[in-house]
Amino acid sequence: MRAYIIRRLLLAIPTLFLVTLIVFLLVRLVPGDAVDAMAVELALQGVDIDSARDQIEHMLGLDVPILQQYGRWFGILPQDDGSFRGIFQGDLGKSFWSPYTVVEEIARRWPVTIELGLMGILIAQIIALPIGIYSALRQDSWGDLIGRSFAIIFIAVPSFWIATMVMVFPAIWWGYMPPIMFVSFLDDPLRHLRMYIVPAAVLGMEMAGMTMRMTRTMMLEVLRQDYVRTAWAKGLREKVVVLRHTLKNALIPVVTIVGLQLPVMIGGTVIIETIFALPGMGSLIVDATSQRDYPVLSGAMLFFGVGLVLINIVVDLTYTFLDPRTHEEAKR
Amino acid sequence: MRARTTAQANKKRHSRAVDFVIRLVTEKPLGTFGAVISLVLLFTGIFADFLAPFGMNEANTGYFLAPPSAQFWLGTDQLGRDMLSRVIYGARVSVIVGLAGSAIGTLIAILIGTLSAYIGGRFDLLVQRFVDGVMCLPGLVLLMVVISMIGPGMWSVILTLGVLFGISSSRIIRSAVIGIKNNVYVAAAIAVGCPTSKVLTRHILPNIMAPVIILFSLRVPAVIVTEASLSFLGFGIPPPTPSWGGMLGSMARPYMLSAPWMVIWPGLALAIVVYGINMYGDAARDILDPRLSGGGGRYGVRIRKTEKKTKLLAGHGAATSDNI
Repeated sequence: MRAYIIRRLLLAIPTLFLVTLIVFLLVRLVPGDAVDAMAVELALQGVDIDSARDQIEHMLGLDVPILQQYGRWFGILPQDDGSFRGIFQGDLGKSFWSPYTVVEEIARRWPVTIELGLMGILIAQIIALPIGIYSALRQDSWGDLIGRSFAIIFIAVPSFWIATMVMVFPAIWWGYMPPIMFVSFLDDPLRHLRMYIVPAAVLGMEMAGMTMRMTRTMMLEVLRQDYVRTAWAKGLREKVVVLRHTLKNALIPVVTIVGLQLPVMIGGTVIIETIFALPGMGSLIVDATSQRDYPVLSGAMLFFGVGLVLINIVVDLTYTFLDPRTHEEAKR
Repeated sequence: MRARTTAQANKKRHSRAVDFVIRLVTEKPLGTFGAVISLVLLFTGIFADFLAPFGMNEANTGYFLAPPSAQFWLGTDQLGRDMLSRVIYGARVSVIVGLAGSAIGTLIAILIGTLSAYIGGRFDLLVQRFVDGVMCLPGLVLLMVVISMIGPGMWSVILTLGVLFGISSSRIIRSAVIGIKNNVYVAAAIAVGCPTSKVLTRHILPNIMAPVIILFSLRVPAVIVTEASLSFLGFGIPPPTPSWGGMLGSMARPYMLSAPWMVIWPGLALAIVVYGINMYGDAARDILDPRLSGGGGRYGVRIRKTEKKTKLLAGHGAATSDNI
């Protein structure tokens, strides 16, 4: 087990490295026009356009070879003044437009997104697991059909439409709007949770659909296993057979689907935060993209990338812990 | 059923498509329903010019934000444009983006997946780490950033979506090719001196057609939803082109309470279409490649973890915006 954990952690290093490389290349290589756009802005203030371009390229550090740029950004090559300021030192640069550094900006925003995401996952599991289990136990009954239809609807209906409908219909019928003002947990815990619950439910819908289908499939598979038949034959009560013998084993792949869904969910937070005006990472990315705030953008993408690599490790290790068979196979 | 299928396939080669339709209709009522929805979408897209009562950007002055009526079945928007016509033209945008994006994605997936699996060794390791790296970044964010840089527009959306989906779904093709690569006939072909290009085109590619078709049909709704999400956020197809996502976007949001029909219909159309294509894709998967459908192992037949992950990606994970 320990060897596996160490191997898994070592494998993450090249992936992490590639994530930094992809983020770097995306933000630094593609935008030839970004420099132009900023140069035009300076030119409007009366600066000569060519000197403005040089000035901006120097400011962004684009006037040195690309490898040196990457080394500087990574923090293993010195900046102009000889100091090391890169992601290795935890320095992500400064925002172009706001007075904050990128690290400060992310530090202010990430709790919102994490809370939204965790609540979304929680709501998804609370809805999905009981329905998935019921669907499998009463296979092909009316309840199963209804449950499966809902799962498919949850997956098919785009979240931005549901979010819009959730705002439109209650407003028209009962004159109710979900609270949009941001309230911190310490000021008013109840209002704080009420603010999150609707966006989190919409965010969790797709995951709920996926989990429901996965739970049902896996439950059906495990229910056919020999040891479950043995459990029935021993005369155990249904509750014991279902909860202790079947569910425990059926839930293992569900962990994987939650892990696989996480990148999808992060994309979802971008949409949900925009619609419900929550000041999280998603709205930070939308703003940074439209303002072409490259330091913020690369910082935020790096945050998500590194976060997902770490979460994937946790999911993989959880999986190995829950299902020792994968550990045996991983050895080979 | 299976015996009849093989008998028919042997009798006449081109009857495989016909056989597929017969099995779809007889065995998969929901899949057939989905296929009908997909066909309706396709024809609405092709014949939008004949179906739409008004032009897609035809502003009817004096009918701003008009509620649904006999003249404007689904109402009008803030510029007096007929919603029904815009929803119909939106179908065309979805068809083009869905088919083109999914086709590009599938081609790239075949290219990366086949080469990575067939060459193997260090090359495979390097490519797979790169795919890992891309998949560790949230797709929607990646797309937003790239599109905002190369400039929004229908073709930049299609291209970026195609490339991203191609990279992330190359895994499925890769594992399919690895499975086939180890067959004796491939070794035999190499032994008799068959050039690599011929081994790939004659022995490998024809054998991965089932996952390719499944991949393609399951990617179409994912591409459509992702385009809609991007356009909704303002990083997709710019107005005035009627994209279902863009019609719900920042232009419409100020009016959503006074004129809810502006935001109801495009989203409903999108939901129905995604539902339909998904239903059809699931049914097609069950018919073409039963191994990929749910409930893989019975009575203690274990699926290895890697296979399981691929299966999840191919099946459950593919329903909508995979990795987005």
